[in-house]
Amino acid sequence: MAITVNGAARDAAGVPPATLLVEWLRDHLGLTGTHVGCDTSQCGACTVLLDGEAVKACTMLVAQAEGSSVTTIEGLAAPDGALHPMQAAFSAHHGLQCGFCTPGMIMAAVGMVGRLGHALDAATIRHELEGNLCRCTGYLNIVTAIEHGARGMRDAGL
Amino acid sequence: MRGFEYLKPATLAEAVAALSGGDEAAALAGGHTLLPAMKSGLRAPDRLVDLAGVPGLAGVSEEGARVRIGAMTRHAALARDAIVAGRLPSLAAAAGMVGDPAVRARGTLGGALANNDPAADYPAALLALDGEVETDRRRIAADDFIQGMFATALEEGELIVAVRFRPAARAAYAKFRHPVSRYAMAGVHVARYAEGVRVGVTGLGQGAFRWSEAEEALAADFAPGAVAGLRPDTDMATGDIHASAEYRCHLAGLMLAQAVTEASA
Repeated sequence: MAITVNGAARDAAGVPPATLLVEWLRDHLGLTGTHVGCDTSQCGACTVLLDGEAVKACTMLVAQAEGSSVTTIEGLAAPDGALHPMQAAFSAHHGLQCGFCTPGMIMAAVGMVGRLGHALDAATIRHELEGNLCRCTGYLNIVTAIEHGARGMRDAGL
Repeated sequence: MRGFEYLKPATLAEAVAALSGGDEAAALAGGHTLLPAMKSGLRAPDRLVDLAGVPGLAGVSEEGARVRIGAMTRHAALARDAIVAGRLPSLAAAAGMVGDPAVRARGTLGGALANNDPAADYPAALLALDGEVETDRRRIAADDFIQGMFATALEEGELIVAVRFRPAARAAYAKFRHPVSRYAMAGVHVARYAEGVRVGVTGLGQGAFRWSEAEEALAADFAPGAVAGLRPDTDMATGDIHASAEYRCHLAGLMLAQAVTEASA
């Protein structure tokens, strides 16, 4: 069962069918940047990109990802460690407090740019973030970070 | 989650055959209701039949007076489809109100209708837009398909293949969402046809239904004023921790007026 994860071919053969995508990423591949918050499809902490589209990794079987390309938070930065523009924007604008929801926020934001383009206004971002819950920040800095991150992605040709 | 056998058939016939095996086989479409139900222990199928490998189950096409939408069409694809936007704009709007963007990327029309959650958006759309459910063995009219909460006309192992909706002259869907689950606390889908008006209601707690008093009033005069103060009978609603039956009926009245206003605009 071939699945591409962060650009590398991985094999999920032998993984029990009841394994969730998020369990496979965290427990089998050690990619613990994808978080499990509510585990009920509501909080978005487990958001990853599946063929470029933001999905909740707690609500998918790993088997359903067969043949697909999965990108997690670990797959965003450049090989030399340079942050992805969306990560850099979250850092620059302090779009986090405790950081637990942050990987999901960033993956949702990258997915948002992929679907809607780089010119995102605050109202659109707020509406699009309805599936990502943050219990610390009040969202203001997250929205600001995504606005800047989207422009950063445009400037970087992403 | 309890263990199960996972099958991914390559044809519809294989999928139907696979569903007839096992003690409790379940069809897996987008999985956004089934998997949470399995995780919480509400469902424990011993066999999952993933429909993602069956060709031809997703997509939209025009068929004369109707628009045919494949059962595996995901909410996000439905919401942005050009044919749906042009001919069934209220259905596109309803699809865009399901869950959140990540849920819409995975959840499907057929899966949602087969589940028929009493607070889901599509059951009201199916009733209002005169939908016809095509399965692996027959076609079922909306009024026969919807049979109360979580209950449909589907037989054991029967699979939805597509749904045919009938575009209306004017239609709109108004929804008061639960702020966390994003399910409808009350949702009203209104569709005006040459021969009459159809009104589908969801979210009141006992399953989607057609609101005949609203249909009659709007057939006589398709304007918000014609239904001012109209509320469903509280017998049609169930109260819970989120809202009483009376409040849900109140919301349904407001959503009706909002949908009619939008449809008249």
